[in-house]
Amino acid sequence: MNLISSTRNTPLLEVKNFSLTFHSDRKDRQEPLTQVIRQFDITIREGEIMAVVGASGSGKSLLADAILGILPENATCKGMLHYKGEPLTEKRRKHLCGDQIMLIPQSLNALDPLMKTGKQVQTVMKGKGKKDGQRAVFRKVGLPDHVSNQYPFELSGGMARRVLIATAMVSNAHFIIADEATPGIDPHALGEMVTFIKHLAMEGKGVMFITHDIETALQVADKVAVFYAGETVEIANVEDFSGTGETLRHPYTKALWNSLPQNGFVPLEGHQPLADEKGKGCAFQPRCQRATDICLQKQPESRIVKAGMVRCFHA
Amino acid sequence: MHYKQVMLFITGKAVKLATLLIAVSILSFFLISYSPIDPVQLYIGADMTRVSPEQRENIAEYWGLHESKPQQFINWGKAVLHGDFGTSLLYRSPVADVIAERFLASLALMVVAWLLSGVVGFLLGIIAGMRQGTWADHVIKGFCFTLASTPAFWLALLFLMTFSVWLGWFPVGLGTPAGVLAEDVTWVERLRHLVLPALTLSIAGVANVALHTREKLIEVLASEYIRFAKAKGEHGFVLVWRHGLRNISIPAVSLHFASFGELFGGAVLAEQVFSYPGLGQAIVQAGLGGDVPLLLGIVLFSAVFVFVGNVMADLLYQLIDPRMRRSGVQ
Ligand SMILES: Nc1ncnc2c1ncn2[C@@H]1O[C@H](COP(=O)(O)OP(=O)(O)OP(=O)(O)O)[C@@H](O)[C@H]1O
Ligand code: SF4
Ligand SMILES: [Mg+2]
Repeated sequence: MNLISSTRNTPLLEVKNFSLTFHSDRKDRQEPLTQVIRQFDITIREGEIMAVVGASGSGKSLLADAILGILPENATCKGMLHYKGEPLTEKRRKHLCGDQIMLIPQSLNALDPLMKTGKQVQTVMKGKGKKDGQRAVFRKVGLPDHVSNQYPFELSGGMARRVLIATAMVSNAHFIIADEATPGIDPHALGEMVTFIKHLAMEGKGVMFITHDIETALQVADKVAVFYAGETVEIANVEDFSGTGETLRHPYTKALWNSLPQNGFVPLEGHQPLADEKGKGCAFQPRCQRATDICLQKQPESRIVKAGMVRCFHA
Repeated sequence: MHYKQVMLFITGKAVKLATLLIAVSILSFFLISYSPIDPVQLYIGADMTRVSPEQRENIAEYWGLHESKPQQFINWGKAVLHGDFGTSLLYRSPVADVIAERFLASLALMVVAWLLSGVVGFLLGIIAGMRQGTWADHVIKGFCFTLASTPAFWLALLFLMTFSVWLGWFPVGLGTPAGVLAEDVTWVERLRHLVLPALTLSIAGVANVALHTREKLIEVLASEYIRFAKAKGEHGFVLVWRHGLRNISIPAVSLHFASFGELFGGAVLAEQVFSYPGLGQAIVQAGLGGDVPLLLGIVLFSAVFVFVGNVMADLLYQLIDPRMRRSGVQ
């Protein structure tokens, strides 16, 4: 799946045909399983910002959890999950997560309410001079020194967000997952976030930016992976989002683009299929205007079209 | 904390304590004074035949029993304010001395039981919370629910029958062996007498602390900051140590200090069953024997005791939780 042809060597993160399934209950294995993610593909390289866009509850945070190895016990995943060309095993995760791989949560509750912010940031640092290093980064993100001695409840939302970014900045992260919770953040905070994330990418870090909002994704990212019913239906370049979306490949992406106020505000009827509603055909078929017989019978494989990936028979 | 806040805190608590004590005094004084017990009769006891009606009249006069109830209360209150709690009718010695002696015995019992239930409850709660949904969790939860719904005196009898009568590991009752001079009683003997009452008393507290700790730990483990900590590679012991303990100890600590009331109530029962010579036993004797001064003294004392527990809960809460500490004392 070398769609995003790049002369660079091994990608930072390579996910292929990945699926994530929940057992309803550990005691009762007879219960039907729910597949939250299936046929998920994504490749992220150094210095690249890949947005993952999907509706609320589509499994974006679970994808992040799967990469970080912090899934709930009743979840199992299958498929390829490579970091720097090698499988991301439990053993490798132990020293990669919190070091080379960092999460930037977007929920302000991600800070321990009973620990001083400076200390919390220092937990991801190694060696001597933690305090100085942490203060330097705080200054870089615009936090005065005394914030180090404050507890999360004493910070404003914007300051807490900067503390979370600072955590990613002090670590040696090569790969960063920014996970935005669905309510989203206010435009000002978002603008700041975008600046910091772009800065991180400029330093050569790979970023996976998770959001429910296509506009946010377009502001930040180089590429956009569109997540529908747990599958990647398209990976497009940011430039593909223009005009009426004729350069876009998948009907769902087009519909998303055209539902934006500035692009005609065309609503998309229906809802995403729930885990148990998925038929054997294309997951988007019930809502697709271009659907034909074959869409009902088979699941489309991923293909490369116009230097992007798409999972549709008629792209 | 600023000086002004501290002063405010102390004044607030003092006012609360004063009103509490006044209310408790009035209530218990009138409850007792309307009880059918005749104090003179009880005082004289078996000597009845040798005491003439005139003498009884004199005693009643001397105690001020002819005055109106409110006047009696005021007299008693005045004496208490001067530090005089009166003389215990049963023990024939100053109430303050009786309370001091009995309280020391009870204190040993209560401290052991309190520490035991705190530590055991906290540990059980952590294990159950960390292993939520597993058999360990089910066993601990079942154990706690059973304990919480078991009457303490029944449990005490069960312990007595099993460990004292049947297995013979521990003495059947009392605080020291019978027939041995107080000076000759060894520490080991005292401890042996303490084990069963303390165990009984600790058990109700265990369930309470364990279930609350479990609940809180589950909440904390599902929190966003634990997810973030795990994402940063923290796991196992480090994770719980760094982010778990402080967060879950808040409910445990405040709950446990606030439980002094139940502790005291439990001690009354446990001491009764084991004939352990503590304050709990004294209050039962005072009540049944119509020893009004002693009864009132113990009631006041226990009110202070419970109050102190609550104040400590408040203070520790602020020590552990910066949100309380830094945003000022209520
Ligand atoms: N332990 C679990 N067992 C079964 N299903 C689960 C479990 N945890 C999450 N899910 C399901 O997985 C789905 C995906 O959740 P996830 O939090 O990843 O969504 P999201 O895309 O991040 O949404 P949002 O944009 O609101 O953050 C949800 O619909 C949820 O019902
Ligand atoms: S495969 Fe068919 S149903 Fe699915 S998106 Fe393409 S055209 Fe629509
Ligand atoms: Mg999410």
